[in-house]
This record gives sequence, structure tokens and C-alpha cells, in this order.
Amino acid sequence: MSERNGMKMTGAQCLITALEDAGVTTLFGYPGGQAIDIYDALYDSKILHHVLVRHEQGATHAADGYARATGKVGTVLVTSGPGATNTVTGITNAYMDSVPIVVITGQVPTRVLGSDAFQECDTTGITLPVVKHSYLLKDPNEIARTVAEAYYIARTGRPGPVVIDVPSDVAQAQDIVYEFPADVKLASYKPTYRGNNKQVKQAVRALMEAGKPVIYAGGGVISSGAETELLKLVETLHIPVVATLMAKTCFPADNPYYLGMPGMHGARYANRALQESDLIIAVGTRFANRVTGRVTGFAPHAKIIHIDIDPAEIDKNKHADIPIVGDARLVLAAINEQLAKQDAQPRTAAWIQKIDELEDELPLSYADRGSVIQPERAIQLLDQLTCDGVDTIFTTDVGQHQMWASQYLASPRRPRTFISSGGAGTMGFGLPAAIGAQFGYPESRVICISGDGSLQMDIQEMATAYENSLPIKVLLLNNSVLGMVRQMQDLFHGKRFSQTTFTGNPDFVKLAEAFGWSGARVEDPALLEEALRGWLATEGPALLEVVISPEENVYPMVPSGATLDEELVEDATGKQEEEE
Amino acid sequence: MSRTLSILVDNKPGVLTRVTGLVARRGYNIESLAVSITEDSNRSCVTMVVDADEDVVHQVTKQLHKLINVYKVVDLTESDYVDRELVLFKVNADPSRRGEIVELVNIFRAKIVDVSQTSLTIEMTGTDDKLGAMERLLREYGIKEIIRSGKIAIPRG
Repeated sequence: MSERNGMKMTGAQCLITALEDAGVTTLFGYPGGQAIDIYDALYDSKILHHVLVRHEQGATHAADGYARATGKVGTVLVTSGPGATNTVTGITNAYMDSVPIVVITGQVPTRVLGSDAFQECDTTGITLPVVKHSYLLKDPNEIARTVAEAYYIARTGRPGPVVIDVPSDVAQAQDIVYEFPADVKLASYKPTYRGNNKQVKQAVRALMEAGKPVIYAGGGVISSGAETELLKLVETLHIPVVATLMAKTCFPADNPYYLGMPGMHGARYANRALQESDLIIAVGTRFANRVTGRVTGFAPHAKIIHIDIDPAEIDKNKHADIPIVGDARLVLAAINEQLAKQDAQPRTAAWIQKIDELEDELPLSYADRGSVIQPERAIQLLDQLTCDGVDTIFTTDVGQHQMWASQYLASPRRPRTFISSGGAGTMGFGLPAAIGAQFGYPESRVICISGDGSLQMDIQEMATAYENSLPIKVLLLNNSVLGMVRQMQDLFHGKRFSQTTFTGNPDFVKLAEAFGWSGARVEDPALLEEALRGWLATEGPALLEVVISPEENVYPMVPSGATLDEELVEDATGKQEEEE
Repeated sequence: MSRTLSILVDNKPGVLTRVTGLVARRGYNIESLAVSITEDSNRSCVTMVVDADEDVVHQVTKQLHKLINVYKVVDLTESDYVDRELVLFKVNADPSRRGEIVELVNIFRAKIVDVSQTSLTIEMTGTDDKLGAMERLLREYGIKEIIRSGKIAIPRG
């Protein structure tokens, strides 16, 4: 119970005190007229560290990056109207990737709600489809309880964003008796954590009978902390593992059973393994279309075990033969316990041999053209250079660089060190997410891999990084085009490059310097390694612009609407060819 | 096919929007909607009729369960339940034909709730079938307006 319970304070003080009691230490925000009383109360807090960003979208992505890196709930504080609407993209991003954040928005006074007052917008209405839950706080006596509930809802069950909209008169209310509840109980919200025993036993039977099983791990493995149980399962039964973009780092990348990322730009052997499997164990994942390709042709011979904490994910995209609703860690632990009892032995030797052959036959590779820097090589080098014992967290933006990063950052890393916008695909996520991650891990090296399109979407946050002396490193793969869209135009739209070329990009090195960062550029492949080393060794925030060819495409690629074995690959000259 | 959902929710502002938003998001229309408080004044019951495939309704049902303000969702369609709807018909009724209409009203155990020089307003409660039958018969006289309350439903027993 909070020692401050029973004290009389203003609404704004209640809010700030409740944030402290909810365990918040860092929040990201931007003040404004209707949030001014909250900011006034914040001025007295000795616990809360507020990070002043340059745009509210940056605050939301930073809170998201903080949450993904630390596993704690990220917090955002902004004003009403445009302050609130600027958070919508960030909230959507967190919603799509099940990231726990709480967004507190100022609002016009209750007496003028709905009158189109200055800087008024219907915040709870606008955010409704992209929140796990939201509150319009009209009663100052409810502030502390609402904050406690919001944090509880954000982090439990399937995590997600929660919005609290606070009208200014509620913040201004006087003599409110502060009561922060010792625990939260909601009659209508009781996530299922333990898997149904009968279902678990069925899954165990299927696992012991399967000849060609594949584990399809999703972000839920990381958010539930199921990595150790997953490894134990693989060690018991020798099952190959594919991990989605959200699940990267959930499994040791140097483990022989690890196949990397499946899906649209996944390794071909990972996709083939899925297509040929007779049992898929999907853990904390949602059969997203970027992973499954045409879902009706996905893994046609496989029985599906689907483990997820969200019952609404079961049968949503793909029918589950054995659904298990529950927390990934607890369900995998229950499965492991059963397997141990039955002294289960691996029986996948032939299958593993087949997959090894696929790996040799269809490796992840790229054509090195020599005269220009290959982005894949830049990432590979970065991967090697960051295996130097320094704890490193990567964030990415969205586009080709993101896929190269997911393919070629191949070294084993601890969980929660690869942070990327998956479901929403939000360009502009990487830099503010890196800021959030750096606040969560001040001692770690945080690297944002970005592209020239994405970086310019939240480039103003370079000022936030500088202002807070964050030694963030940005690797900018600059092709002066919107590469991912250009690639689709190249392959599927007759090379009609409609609006995907930037002809007047800024000088990124000068821009970095203007923001107080160090900046450098490299174009010559022979100088790449030296440039990377110099950039990583730079003190303080530093940007390295790596100039790459606009022609470069990401391969392999499963075209939208195709099945996972109908991928496009690159021939030796760098041209694309179609696999029959 | 139309499906009838009964949804027990918090009696609070904004809850109805959350519920209906899940249907609208998928591009389906709500055919009928009735909401009011229950035996517990903190709870409301929403009876919603949606014309959508079974798997869509199944998915919507699971999404509804996830809403923090929702306590219970029942797809009544395949269970045994009682449903009723209240309709007000305003029909043309010049004095020469009033007798015929009154006779119909009696047969259907409906009620006349308003009379003017040229029209009658009839109140009637029943199932979809019964209300539909009445409507077809009244069309002959010329229906000026129909207002329906939306279906309410409760499981039997």
C-alpha cells in the first residue's frame, strides 16, 4: 500500500504520485496548455525523469522502445488536440506489436468537452480501435485507481497500449484524498495464463509422434520470457525453430536447430521447412500474412499447435488443431514437464538432415558487385564488429534496411536486443525507439539501423538524443530512394518508379553535425570496415551514412499472395529470377 | 445469415462505441441493436443482430470478450432463446377503412395507441415473423412510417 494514501492533494499531484506508485521512473512527453497542471506537479517529483522530445510521435515510439528493451511499461505524457493526435501512430505501432505503454493526454475541461474548444479532440474516440483500453477521467477521485488499472491492463495478458485522457479541471481539482489501490481486480478482465491440461497432453502426444516438426516462435516468446523453456523443448526433441521478426533474439542464433526468420523475406530453408513440416508449434504468434504468405497454401501437410495468451488469435488466420490459450512460458513449461515424465526422445534425425541439406542448397546469400557497398555486407560487418563483448541493442526503421538487418545480424544476442516495428511497419520508429532503449539501458551500446526515407520521418529526435547526451549510433543505409516500394515497382509494376526517388536529400553528415552529432559518410567498399570501426568508437551520438545503390533489392522475396515456396531469388549477376 | 448476440457490459459512457466499433471495423452492418440496464444498474445488456458469416461473428465474439468493459458474450443464434421486438406502425386510415384495420389489430393482439383524422398508430410486440406478417397486411392500407425498437433476447430456462 502506498504510504501516501490518505493524503490530500490536487488532481495533478494525484496523477504524478500514482505514476510513481505504479513504478514509473522514466516518461517521454511534450507539454501544452491542457497538460500544464500535470507538468506543474511533475516539477516537484523526485522520482520521475521526464524526457522532453521534439514531437509527440517521437515520445510514443521512445516509450515503446523503452518498453521493448526493458520489459517494463513505457509512459507518455502529452497535451490535448494535436498533442494527442500525434501519438496515434505510436499507439497503433504499440498495439500491433503488443507493447505495453500508457499514454496520458491532457484534455479540455469537462464543462466544454464536445464543444470544439481550442486544442480539443475526441482522444478516446480517435484512439479507440488501437488501444487495449482507454479512460476519459472525469472524476478526480478516480485518478489513482485509474492509473493503477491502466498499468495493470497494459502489462498483463496480451500487453498493449492504454490511454488516459485527463481534462484540465480534473487535474486542477483540490483536496482530493489520494488512494492508490494495493492491487487491481477487474471482474471482466482475467487473462488465462495456464494452458488447459488436456490440451497440453494432446500437444505432447502430437510432439512425440511428429516426424517433421517446426517451432514457429513469435513475439510472445519474448514478452512472456519463455526463451529458456523454448530452448529446453528444442534440446529435448531436436525441433528446428523459425523465429519471426518480433521473435528475433528469442533463441540462440548459433544453435544448430535455429533456422532464422521465415516469411516474405525469410531464409528459403526456413520457409521450406515450414512448408514441408507435419507439425507446427506456433508460440506467441498470430500467423501474420508477412509470415505465412498465402495462408491457404501455408504448411499444407502440417497439424497446428497454437499457443497464445489471446484467445482471439486462435483460428483467426489459420485453423489450430490443438489450440492452447495461455502464457507461452507457462504452457511450454507444462509441455516440458510432461515430456520429461514420459522420457521423450528426439526422433527428428532424418528431418534435421533434410533441413541441413536445404540450408546447403538454398543458403541466404547475396551477389557482391564489388564497386559499390553491398548493404548486406555492411550489416554483416556491423554484426561482427559488435560481437566485442559490449552489450548491444539494435533498433531498426522500416524498409529494405530492416529486412537486411533481420537477415544478416546473425550472431547470438540476448533477448530484447532487436527492436523493430513489425505489424504496423512504422517508418520513423527506429531513432526514437533507440532513445527509449538507451534510457532503459544507459550502459549499453544502442544502434539504430535506418534508411534515408525512415530517418527523415523522425529526424527531429536527433536533438533529443544530443540534449540528453545519449551515445546513440545511427547506421544510415542511404540509397536516396524509398527502397522497399521501389523494389515492388521494379518487380511487379513494370519499373514505373512512381514517387519513390528523392532527388534533393539533405547532406546527412552536415545535418548530424547541426544536431550536435558526429557524422561521417562512406561510399567506397574498401573503406567500409574502417568507417564502421571509427563510427562505433566515436564518443557521443554518431551517424554513419553508408551510400548504397538504389538498384539493390531484398532477396529472397515471396511476392504478396504467393505461397512460401514460390519465392523470387537473385542470380549471380544480381538480377532477379523466379524459382519454378 | 443473421446472428443474435447478447452482450453484458459496464453501464458506462463509450462502452457501446467499443462494442459496435468491432463490428464496423470489419465492414459489417448492425441490423438491430437494443441496449438498456439490467437487474444490476452497473451493467447493461446489448442485444445485437448482425448479418455476417459464422466465422466473422465467432471472431467478433472473441474480440468482444477482450474488451475490458465486457463481462459476457453469448451467441444466442444456435441456442434456445426467446426474442421480442416492439414496433410502431403509422398507417393511412381514412374513416371508411378503420374497421378493417382494427380487426387486424385484434387478430394480432396489437394495440392502437394514436388516432388522427387520416391515420392510426399501432403498437405491436412479437417475433420477427409475426411483425413481418402484420407489416405485409398493413401495406395494403399504406404505411406512413415504421419504427422498431430493435430485438431483445433472453435464453430460455
